[in-house]
Amino acid sequence: MNRSISAPTQMPDNFDKRDLAWYLDMAVQVLVFVSGISAIIIIVGIFVYITKEGIVFLVGPLDLIEFFTTPYWEPSDEDAPEYGILALIAGTASVTGLAMIVAIPFSLGSAIFIGEFTSGRTREILKVVIELLAAIPSVVWGFIGLTIMNPLIIDVFDVPVGLTVLNGGIILGLMAAPIMTSIAEDALKAVPDRYREAAEALGATRWQVIYKVVLPAAKNGLLGAILLGVGRGFGETMAVLMATGHAVNTPGSIFDPVRALTATIAAELGETAIGSDHYGALFTIGIFLFLITFVINLSADLIVRGIRRS
Amino acid sequence: MKNHTLLSLMIAVSTLITGTDLLARTAIQNKGSDTLVNVAQAWAEAYQNVEPNVVIAVNGGGSGTGIAAMINGTVDIANASRKMKKREIEMAKGRGQDPMVHIVGYDALAVFLNQNNPIKTLTIAQLNDIYNRKGTARKWSDLGVSVPGCKSDQIVVVSRQNNSGTYAYFKKAVLGKKGKYRSGTLDMHGSKDVVDLVEKTPCAIGYSGLAYATDHINMACISKDGKTCVNPSVATASDGRYPIARPLFMYTNGEPMGEIKTYMEYVKSNVGQCTILDKGYASIRDVSCN
Repeated sequence: MNRSISAPTQMPDNFDKRDLAWYLDMAVQVLVFVSGISAIIIIVGIFVYITKEGIVFLVGPLDLIEFFTTPYWEPSDEDAPEYGILALIAGTASVTGLAMIVAIPFSLGSAIFIGEFTSGRTREILKVVIELLAAIPSVVWGFIGLTIMNPLIIDVFDVPVGLTVLNGGIILGLMAAPIMTSIAEDALKAVPDRYREAAEALGATRWQVIYKVVLPAAKNGLLGAILLGVGRGFGETMAVLMATGHAVNTPGSIFDPVRALTATIAAELGETAIGSDHYGALFTIGIFLFLITFVINLSADLIVRGIRRS
Repeated sequence: MKNHTLLSLMIAVSTLITGTDLLARTAIQNKGSDTLVNVAQAWAEAYQNVEPNVVIAVNGGGSGTGIAAMINGTVDIANASRKMKKREIEMAKGRGQDPMVHIVGYDALAVFLNQNNPIKTLTIAQLNDIYNRKGTARKWSDLGVSVPGCKSDQIVVVSRQNNSGTYAYFKKAVLGKKGKYRSGTLDMHGSKDVVDLVEKTPCAIGYSGLAYATDHINMACISKDGKTCVNPSVATASDGRYPIARPLFMYTNGEPMGEIKTYMEYVKSNVGQCTILDKGYASIRDVSCN
């Protein structure tokens, strides 16, 4: 541009031609731009799609009070279908809750160990292994729940079935722990070293440094890690479907089988006629799940961002 | 140059051959009921020898899957262990399909119990008590038995996912038209899963097609009136004495024509009916097989 203004007459004939490099440049620019905003396009697209598919149910038989407050899910009944997701919400919540009880100590412990007690090679190896753990497909976890945990729970606790909240919670906790560890470890690393040095200079022991200085300083990041774990728990499907027994049931103890919202969609969607009420009801559950995970992830993100800014 | 001409000629000829071959082979899409999937597979395989140019692609997944596919127009034949509901037929008509029902066999719905379970006979009323939301039997002691290996005494009720034809039939036959399943049933995704779970779980009770029975599981003798009971078998399903036996259906889009018509005739023929008998279901009429 500058060149063409400063010396327009001296330009050789072929100088201004849009050659291959120019087109390449433009193409890459467009590509990068589209990729940049693709996440937004996709997320809006998905929301529009699930709303559109759920609309037959949303404007038709949906009774919000029935939907959220009754525990009976029998959408395929010919005469009087029942669309209550209370038991399913209880199922998802109980499994996720137990998963967090399992995952929080695990992930915080390993994050503290990796972040504060290891260095160099050990640290790198541990981090790689934890990332590998996060890459295990959920169906493999589900299989472990079905074939290893199920008989184990029956033997150890002497209960009739092992496909329970306990089984799903442990499996889901182990699944969520690696990602929570990574994020928690990042949060610990973000605490400036001078805090630790100052505390040590005051004569604090290593434990006191961690407990009194590092953890409070990394509080927001750790909370973000936990919330992301919760989001993972709500959204997980396959492992929960396989490990929890798939029973519409409001659990009274951790030894009751339950059914998760996601598992219901996975198990039934393939078998409903497109456009039927049942189909719409499943998509309405999808909208509900989408909103929940959206809120959880958004708040996790805001909390993590908050710590970065301060 | 000469080589090139030869090569292109060869390519052209081979395309022609494979092309016509593909045209001559008709593919029939057959999908649905989990109960029927084994026998549908057996029919499809046997039909290969009768009509090598017709390929029948069989898929399971449950009656709901097959019926949904029929409504959406993605299958030629839908297998179902229940009849299409009025609404489903309306939906199909709205989409230009005209489902036509064919009875291809009968199935006895066996009630499975773990081998530890001392119960031999169950009445329909007792089953209703166990499965119905309004029922009162929640522990084995409510039925007057104690099951060795089941310390909690709790009845683990195994059912099927709510789109299964077996689920719908059992509900109608045992719980009655207005009846609803109790909550907390373990909803398995296939007949085989039900049998597997009951086999391994002393406290469990489940139901599935008779054809899925194994040697490691007990089947209850079912009584309607509490006096005499009938064991599930092909014979008792055929003559209608067994109280929870149901017809098995295939749906075609309109009156079947062409290859589909020939296939449906094969399924209902003596040879086809011997296949269904062989797989543990009852035939639609008396046939003598060797």
